[in-house]
Amino acid sequence: MSKTVELPRWIDVGALPLLNLLLALVVSGLVVLAIGENPVEVVEILLYGAFGYEEAWGYTLYYTTNFIFTGLAFAVAFHCGLFNIGAEGQAYVGGLGVTLAALYLDFLPFPIMLVVAMFAAMIFGAAWAYIPAYLQARRGSHVVITTIMFNFIASSLMVYLLVNVLRPEGSMTPESEQIAEHLRLPFIHDIAGALGIEMASSPLNLSFVYAIVISVMVWLFIWHTRWGYAIRTVGANAVAATYAGLEPGRFIIIAMMISGALSSFMALNEVMGVQHRLLIDFTAGYGFVGIAVALMGRNHPFGIFLAALLFGMLYQGGAELSFEIPTISNDMVVVIQGLVILFTGAMEHMFRPRVTKIYTAWRLRQDAGEAA
Amino acid sequence: MHQMHGAGETGAVQPAIELRGIDKRFGAVHANKEIDLKVDKGTIHGIVGENGAGKSTLMSILYGFYQADAGTIHVDGKLCDIRGSEDAIAVGIGMVHQHFMLVETFSVLENVILGVEGGAVLREGVDKAREELKRLEREYSLNIDPDATVGDLSVGLQQRVEILKALYRGAEILILDEPTGVLTPQEADHLFRILDTLKEQGKTVVLITHKLREIMAATDNVSVMRQGAMVAHRKTAETSPEELSELMVGRKVLLRLEKGEANPAATVLNVENLCVDNAQGVRKVKNATFNVRAGEIVGIAGVSGNGQSELLEALGGIRSASEGKVELNGQDVTPGKGVDAAELRRRGVAHVPEDRHRMAMVTAFSAKEAAILGYEDDPAYQKGVLLDWNAISAATANMMSEFDVRPDNPDLKAANFSGGNQQKLVLAREIMRDPELLLVGQPTRGVDIGAIEFIHKRIVAMRDAGKAVLLVSVELDEIMSLADRILVMCDGAIIGEVAASEANERVLGLMMAGVDPNEAKAAEGQA
Repeated sequence: MSKTVELPRWIDVGALPLLNLLLALVVSGLVVLAIGENPVEVVEILLYGAFGYEEAWGYTLYYTTNFIFTGLAFAVAFHCGLFNIGAEGQAYVGGLGVTLAALYLDFLPFPIMLVVAMFAAMIFGAAWAYIPAYLQARRGSHVVITTIMFNFIASSLMVYLLVNVLRPEGSMTPESEQIAEHLRLPFIHDIAGALGIEMASSPLNLSFVYAIVISVMVWLFIWHTRWGYAIRTVGANAVAATYAGLEPGRFIIIAMMISGALSSFMALNEVMGVQHRLLIDFTAGYGFVGIAVALMGRNHPFGIFLAALLFGMLYQGGAELSFEIPTISNDMVVVIQGLVILFTGAMEHMFRPRVTKIYTAWRLRQDAGEAA
Repeated sequence: MHQMHGAGETGAVQPAIELRGIDKRFGAVHANKEIDLKVDKGTIHGIVGENGAGKSTLMSILYGFYQADAGTIHVDGKLCDIRGSEDAIAVGIGMVHQHFMLVETFSVLENVILGVEGGAVLREGVDKAREELKRLEREYSLNIDPDATVGDLSVGLQQRVEILKALYRGAEILILDEPTGVLTPQEADHLFRILDTLKEQGKTVVLITHKLREIMAATDNVSVMRQGAMVAHRKTAETSPEELSELMVGRKVLLRLEKGEANPAATVLNVENLCVDNAQGVRKVKNATFNVRAGEIVGIAGVSGNGQSELLEALGGIRSASEGKVELNGQDVTPGKGVDAAELRRRGVAHVPEDRHRMAMVTAFSAKEAAILGYEDDPAYQKGVLLDWNAISAATANMMSEFDVRPDNPDLKAANFSGGNQQKLVLAREIMRDPELLLVGQPTRGVDIGAIEFIHKRIVAMRDAGKAVLLVSVELDEIMSLADRILVMCDGAIIGEVAASEANERVLGLMMAGVDPNEAKAAEGQA
């Protein structure tokens, strides 16, 4: 019941997430100890694997790119008060859009194709988000339930399409044809090479730059446009939105479609950038991790960038870890990632009351000191 | 400090409550400054003060919601350490909150025993409770059926259930926080009769209110708080509303607004047979027909929950009309298809809604974000496709200086302003648009006296500038001092109209209770 002082920004978006992360690492350390390995060594390998050499950086940032897109997707919906867990399915269907555009419009030159593929991804991803959005806005079906169901539907639909429609004749694997060479997003190491800079090869491609640009645009959209303002109003107080003449249902649909479009950009990285074809399950859980990324990043593009980088590091460093220490299997790495998600995402508010209390007490003493 | 003495010197009898040097800070806010208070046994003791004067904090400390930083609480002369509401109940303190803490789907009996069921098997406790409840009702003539469902009871009766709850828990001292905010004048009178009975039975009552009329009518002693400090104790018989209000505000205030004659011109708002249903399909406004002309203030009086809110929200474009029509300057603006809040704003209707927190603003937003709600598409606020935050900041600063909003910081979070200042910001946003028609609901709810005066003056200034104003308020004083014509609503229908010059509390009160206006006037004639 007691009143408290509001936390300053640096604690809210800096110290608290770091504290949660630290706790996750401590618990992970205990798990590592329990299986008889040295936690310090594990952390060393993890960090070296993520940032220790040029190629590692490339991989880390490649993973980061996916997390930025799915994190932003979750954040935009969240600002409208919606918990969109459908990024997985929306990205998957977005990938279909990119692939169809690249396969059937392969006569287009690359710059035009880039724009076309972007729009194809957006349209497919947004359309997949539209149905749950419509059901939420006009029929009151909860978006959490419907987006989960739409993940499953997307998954089944894509299996059907990949096995029965998109699979090239004679192929035994459920994947689409390769997209034409000239339509692939250039790798960063190739761009650097063209500029005369030697770089180790990695899957990092142009879509990372695109992710940064999109982050800035999302920031502008949320805090500096009318629609962003309306979305935040609907999310914070739907009654006030109605009073202001901002029909909540309309902005729920808009926010969800933007969210779907943002998750679908992940397909640009995966399909056009790295795999160069549509693979089964290419979304590989990035959509779900995006929820933790957004929550940890306080639904702010800059915070999302930092959180995405953290998860990129965990993914890349984790892969290195299971390679270096055989007793730490891939499952073990997933456990560590899971702990980070648990403490930074799901249990995000664990330390908050205590930190708020300590900070309040400290502030009161400061104030008393000033008054004296 | 000499004022501290005088009250409570009734000889050797221990006061029911004695607070000594209670001090409480919330961060930079000094909510209670070394408060001393004695409440004599078997009296009704009023505590008055503006919003934010620290009354609620003080009572929350007494009831154990907060712990004081310094000072002691003595109940019946004994030092008590009250750390939670259980401790307060244990020493015989009961509290009736402003917002009832009742389970609407439970019966009266079930609500009363909630938390003190007495054992795992409900049966036993219930039977015992029924006996006890009957005794309490007889003793205090509360007139409540223990088996009635609470949700079916009127607000006045629900309040009595709250009182019953406290008594059932053995309360000797009853604290009532703004108990009459939701009652008709008649229901309030009934409440005061119950409080008198309680007093006769030796109970002690602490009444927190900002309505001086009630203090004068119901209390034996009164204490006045201002800005966290206890500034005076008086015997009610020896003081006057003028003195009390001066003590509350620290300067003289006009209790009655001085305003000139209205000069009504052309009809601005014309409402014909308007019906409004709520989300459950229940008809809340029934065939409302009235008009508002330019240059007049029309007040709608009524006990809260009789359709005024729905009427105001429909006229503001938030609810659709089920039947009937609404015209603005002769043009059809019946709320519903194509006419929403945004459209009405474009046509010059400004709306200050009744519920500031739920509707008029987003408390999580900064003041400048709150200051453009509903007007975010104004070209003056745009810079290309982006919002021009510099222009918005400047506009907000302008609103703040024009309406004396403090602190005048457009970047401060809306939630961090006091209620009065939030309200002034909302009024500034709506009034400074220079609308044709101002819809305003409860303009001064939760606003302190100084700000009330200011807000009333601004509303009258709107009228004098030739604008139409429709005012909805549950405060009869406010309606009577502001409105030029008064419409009374009961159960969704407008049951009559009274010219402000002929209005008095009794007639309006009877009409609010559903009595036909002619009968009400006749009854008044006999009185």
